[in-house]
Amino acid sequence: MKLFGFRGGIHPEGRKQGSADRAIRALPLPERLFVPLQQHVGAPARPVVRVGETVRKGQLLAAGQGNISAPVHAPTSGRVTAIGDHTAPHPSGLPAPAITLEPDGEERWIEAEVPADPYSLSPEEIANRVGAAGIVGLGGATFPSAVKLNLSRKSGVHTLILNGGECEPYLTCDDRLMRERAGEIVAGIRLIRHAVGAKRAMVGIEDNKPEALAAMRQAAAGHEVEVVAVPAMYPMGWDKQMIQVLTGKEVPAEGRSAEIGVLVHNIATAWAVQQAIGLGRPLVSRIVTVSGGAVAEPCNVEAPIGATARDLFEFCGGFQGEPARLVLGGPMMGHEFSNLHVPMVKGSSGVLALTRAEIALTQAAPCIRCSTCVRACPVGLLPLEMAAHIRADDLGGAVDLGLRDCIGCGSCSYVCPAHIPLVHYFNHAKGELASQEKGKLRNEATRKLAEARTERMERIAREREEAARQRAAKKAAADAAKKAAEAAKSTQTSEVAA
Amino acid sequence: MNLFSPPPLTHAPHAHAPVSVGRVMLTVMVALVPATLFGFWLYGWPALFLWATACVSALLAEALALRLMGRPVRPALMDGSALLTAWLLALSLPPWAPWWIAALGSAFAVVVVKQVFGGLGQNVFNPAMAARVMLLISFPVELTTWIGPGAPLPGFADALAVTFGGAPLDAVASASVLGHVKTEFTRGVDLTHALAGHWSLADMAWGHRAGSLGETSAPFLLLGGLYLIARRIITWHAPAAMLLGVALPALIAHAVVPERFGDLAYHLLSGGLMLGAFFIVTDPVTSPNTGAGQFAFGLAVGLLTWLIRSFGGYPEGVAFAVMIMNAATPILDRYLKPRIYGRDRKGQSLRIDKEAAR
Repeated sequence: MKLFGFRGGIHPEGRKQGSADRAIRALPLPERLFVPLQQHVGAPARPVVRVGETVRKGQLLAAGQGNISAPVHAPTSGRVTAIGDHTAPHPSGLPAPAITLEPDGEERWIEAEVPADPYSLSPEEIANRVGAAGIVGLGGATFPSAVKLNLSRKSGVHTLILNGGECEPYLTCDDRLMRERAGEIVAGIRLIRHAVGAKRAMVGIEDNKPEALAAMRQAAAGHEVEVVAVPAMYPMGWDKQMIQVLTGKEVPAEGRSAEIGVLVHNIATAWAVQQAIGLGRPLVSRIVTVSGGAVAEPCNVEAPIGATARDLFEFCGGFQGEPARLVLGGPMMGHEFSNLHVPMVKGSSGVLALTRAEIALTQAAPCIRCSTCVRACPVGLLPLEMAAHIRADDLGGAVDLGLRDCIGCGSCSYVCPAHIPLVHYFNHAKGELASQEKGKLRNEATRKLAEARTERMERIAREREEAARQRAAKKAAADAAKKAAEAAKSTQTSEVAA
Repeated sequence: MNLFSPPPLTHAPHAHAPVSVGRVMLTVMVALVPATLFGFWLYGWPALFLWATACVSALLAEALALRLMGRPVRPALMDGSALLTAWLLALSLPPWAPWWIAALGSAFAVVVVKQVFGGLGQNVFNPAMAARVMLLISFPVELTTWIGPGAPLPGFADALAVTFGGAPLDAVASASVLGHVKTEFTRGVDLTHALAGHWSLADMAWGHRAGSLGETSAPFLLLGGLYLIARRIITWHAPAAMLLGVALPALIAHAVVPERFGDLAYHLLSGGLMLGAFFIVTDPVTSPNTGAGQFAFGLAVGLLTWLIRSFGGYPEGVAFAVMIMNAATPILDRYLKPRIYGRDRKGQSLRIDKEAAR
């Protein structure tokens, strides 16, 4: 198949061997699972169980609320022991609401109603079931999948693209999933295609995963699903890059991929869809890559949602030497965490324990304008110029240069010979802009309230004045009437007297 | 690592390419080695002394400047930028120039052209070229006293006298081809006659000619340049454009008035063109930061070089052309930007063709 060109990109060292060669292993049930209520983009889920309640595997723990949200299900059977705060999978390590579950070790599933022929379900029904199963984008974006399905069906999508890029170094969870469960993934792809009414389905897999490509090609044969090898390059897994390489089309900067008739899902999401529709099993576990130079036996682990980083590292033989940095996700876009109690969530693709040599920490030097960052940027931005504006506190200048189009992929920082933390600058500026905008909205709201109050007070004063005037006029009229009456009376009296 | 450890202050990416500013500078220096060694071989000990003087004085001047400004000295010296500046300057000087020319030039390049503007990455002009222009204007005699390749090379002690002792060079002095032609023009001698006996294509191609220390050998400079392109330190845009900028007018003008304008080889193989194309217009700090910008920059430097050589008061124009375009770099950067994904050249979001989307 003919592939299309794209801009920028880098070739970071893959470091995938350790975990890619070992089969996926299931994590033994930990003593406790901490299931966060917010594992997706949108509103957090609302608990529907009580402390002390016994639940089955797959039972609803918390329901989604609002248009963009996703429910959360019990990762195993057991007892709810607490509903409260637990360390969040966020760089701050601050607590966030979670449900604590003590497994009973029996793994009793809920009884599910499974359709005899899933393809006889209506597209709406598939989307509903996907939503009810709590499926979110498993590539890391964690956007509720049902919302995407409904949106795509309504705007009429002709091409479904399955993202098997997995361009982040170290991560091999999608690679292993494709090697071991290609049949289920292809079934999921066909269900999604049916749900959105797409004519074409393509799977883009980086050419550094020959085994995954072979397995997927074999499983896809006869199902009109094209499996395409794309060049191994970061950030190939960026959905817009994948769209451009496979279709030659560009998503408008202020639009969505559905507007050009394309829908992109991660291959792991397709697997979850197959599990939900075909087996009636909601999303309660995921494959997590446990890797890094400080991990004794890097491998891929099928972990229940809510298992902690400590559970995973211990299962993989613990640390060899003190890790210099712990990372949730991949090294390019993941974030550091310091607390081993962080639970795995639906979007956790990897936990890494990196050594000092791997993170290559170096003091930043002055920018020599070598423009390696310009060549690396997949979006076509000028990272060095943007950073210079941000350093000078000129956020407006950075926005004019396209700061809002930055996807934060980290390619520029990775290749910078001066080791300038460019993405750090951009994320700082984006945060600053967001808070400025919030402040502006707040000021606007305050101003409106103040204006309304002034107007109200003026109106009240005016009304009072008016009332007082009316009262005075009434009184004056009454007085005049009285006087006239009195005058008339006195005349009468005088007449009488006369 | 415990429950109450403070949140980390690090940021993605948590990996980095094995690169550094020092390594970039070092790679460029490696690329300069063949042409430099050729210069030492061709012009003898004085060339080596001049080069060493330039390097040492650049480091001393930078250390002094940083100390006076109260900035840390070590990291700036270790990044290799001052050394590279001095090296490039030395390659652009007459090989038997006195030591103080190199010392003064290096100090000027590092202190006035670089540190005064804010240090590495902040200078507007290419330090080596700005220093060379300053020297050329201030000390025209020392800067135009060339040594012909036929001159007998002095021994170590005599060489010390040449570089450090101020020994007179009249006996061995020779003119560069560009300088000779310019002088002959003023006497009314046309190009064909001026070049007779002064021009051999083979000698020019290999660099057996009177010229600056490291600018004469086109093959070795080309080798270094290709090495830098292969190592992705530079891109082809600026060098190719600069050569093109000289080659195009040279071809046309020579075809029209051959006795007035030099041909392609005359222009490409003389003066500092090869050094300029691969090592000067590729200086990242003072050139534009997109491929298109670098191409425009190189093309303009080439054209200006040809114009100055053909019509200017000086025989060679690379340094002047580079400085003029250094000043124009911010303008090129302003207008030649990459197109942003999902936007047109003007920055507007792409419009969707509803029919094509079906």
